[in-house]
Amino acid sequence: MFPTSLRVSAALPLALLAALAVVPFVADMAGQPFWLSFFARILIYAIAASALNLALGFGGLVSFGHALFLGLGSYAVALPAAHGFAQGWLHLLVVLGGCGLVALLVGAVSLRTTGMAFIMITLAFAQMGYFLFVSLKAYGGDDGLAVSQTSRFFSVDLGAVRPLYVVAWLVLALVTWWMTHLRASAFGMALRGTRQNARRVQAMGMQPQQIKLVAYVLSGVMCGVAGMLLANMNAYVSPSTLAWTVSGDLIVMVVLGGMGSVYGPLLGALVFLGLEEVLKGYTEHWMVVMGPLIVLMALLGRGGLVGLMQRLDERMATALKTRMAGSSANLDTRAPVSATLPAQDKPGEAAWQPR
Amino acid sequence: MSTTLLLAQLLNGLQYGVLLFLLAAGLTLVFGIMSFVNLAHGSLYMVGAYAGALSYDATGSFALALLAAMAAALVIGMLMELTIVSRLYRRDHLDHVLATFGLVMFFNELVRIIWGPQPLFVQVPEALGGTVKLLGLNYPAYRFAIIVVGLVVAVLAQLVIHKTRLGMLIRAGAQHPQMVSALGVNIGLLNAVLFGLGAMLAGLAGAMAGPVLSVQSGMGESVLIATLVVIVIGGVGSIKGALYASLIVGLVDTFGRVLLPVWLRQVAERSLADAAGPALASMSVYVLMALVLALRPQGLFPVRRN
Repeated sequence: MFPTSLRVSAALPLALLAALAVVPFVADMAGQPFWLSFFARILIYAIAASALNLALGFGGLVSFGHALFLGLGSYAVALPAAHGFAQGWLHLLVVLGGCGLVALLVGAVSLRTTGMAFIMITLAFAQMGYFLFVSLKAYGGDDGLAVSQTSRFFSVDLGAVRPLYVVAWLVLALVTWWMTHLRASAFGMALRGTRQNARRVQAMGMQPQQIKLVAYVLSGVMCGVAGMLLANMNAYVSPSTLAWTVSGDLIVMVVLGGMGSVYGPLLGALVFLGLEEVLKGYTEHWMVVMGPLIVLMALLGRGGLVGLMQRLDERMATALKTRMAGSSANLDTRAPVSATLPAQDKPGEAAWQPR
Repeated sequence: MSTTLLLAQLLNGLQYGVLLFLLAAGLTLVFGIMSFVNLAHGSLYMVGAYAGALSYDATGSFALALLAAMAAALVIGMLMELTIVSRLYRRDHLDHVLATFGLVMFFNELVRIIWGPQPLFVQVPEALGGTVKLLGLNYPAYRFAIIVVGLVVAVLAQLVIHKTRLGMLIRAGAQHPQMVSALGVNIGLLNAVLFGLGAMLAGLAGAMAGPVLSVQSGMGESVLIATLVVIVIGGVGSIKGALYASLIVGLVDTFGRVLLPVWLRQVAERSLADAAGPALASMSVYVLMALVLALRPQGLFPVRRN
């Protein structure tokens, strides 16, 4: 009945996605080809972070080993390419099959544990993968391996940055759209339920372990697709993609953006990598600034950027209500006062919010 | 494979194991009582290594260097506890991981700024420069000393845990922190003390590892991850578990590296064995951990909880 206020938390990410779509043209006009590869990297990490968000944000599975899937996805391009296979469909098949299988095995073992042990065992599996590729001397070992044949889909070669950018954007848009639906689907609800209370989900006749495993496998496969794009962009793969710090970076992106939200990972990847780039402009020792920022983020608590925007929305909605109350010439002078109270002071207020 | 070589590898495995134990002992208790995941424990080890290396260089006394390392790690550890860690106890593991991940980044980069990316070289102290003769094997005295120190610490830790009031509180805290707190024990203080003790042990480990491993930025990571494996295998919060698990991990890792390639060469072609051997060897510890968790998710020596 009221003109609903524009919600920042919904509008900004969509605007962002749209802005990312025009980056190739802007980069052309500005004569800055570097922008394209920089934003392509952001898109790819946003896909990987969205993948992690499915397990971490929706399912509450604190996987400290998602670099494993990013790395596997990369090597799924590099290894066939080293043997002369350049068909993108084949690469994709290896990514889906390989990451799916590994995620199934790793997930089946890891999900027997919870809490801290789950964090550690996912980390251990990622380390296993890291050392496996370090010791594969035939494929470059520690030094990594150049991707001799980038993925070709029909006449599209992902080795060139422009088609790669377009594909990465499409994949990200698809993933985001899918996550919007998955979050509210029966499966998504059940998954989010297992995070809050697995026992209750079980009591309702569902199997939380299976639900978590499916989420973990989906997450691993999606992360593998990001790895595939990454390998094509760099035309190079190395075990450092599987380093534990990469898993940490992905977690930081998800939490920074806002765990469990659909757009959080995109915002997180953008801000994290953007900040990294800015800091690198000032000093090569950018991590000495980034580290404390991450600590601060952990200390300040969860919501992330999406949470911040939602609070902004709530405040704007309250302000709107206040104005409404004022303009309706209500003689009850107490009404505007109560409406200006901050939303968090009134638990009932949150329920009014359309989400 | 000759017996002397096996013996040498056994000692190498033990030496790696006790180093892991020094790290795992403090970490597992903080894990157990406050269920705090501290990735920055490896940074304390690095702090100890640098403090040890620098003060050994300055004073020429290795004993002083060990003390300096423990003091430095203690100071940094307590600062970390007071400013950051103690604020996070009530939060969940994800926040712990994030905060300490940030700390690891910070310390690694700080060390790189101050001392550069090149490793520091630390001499083996002269008094321990020789070898000891053991069942016909000449083993470096310094490495032998590491084993001795590690085992002494293990015995001391057992005594403290089982014979003192502090130990009683630690054991009780590992089993049921809320109850201990309800009985009037300042559990925050207890945990700060534990954190400090753990930091000191990590510093000691770092300083002792200086002459055998390279002292450089990022040295804490690999050993931290091995320590996490130890804790998970041993059972979170259990000192006894940490001791056995660190020895198991030390031995499995060392023998895996020596024996696996040899065994593989017997069952497979040489080229394949040479390629797969090192890969499997470096994965052996993680395979062990996965096996333990798959069969006994609570670890080999879990603390009984109510």
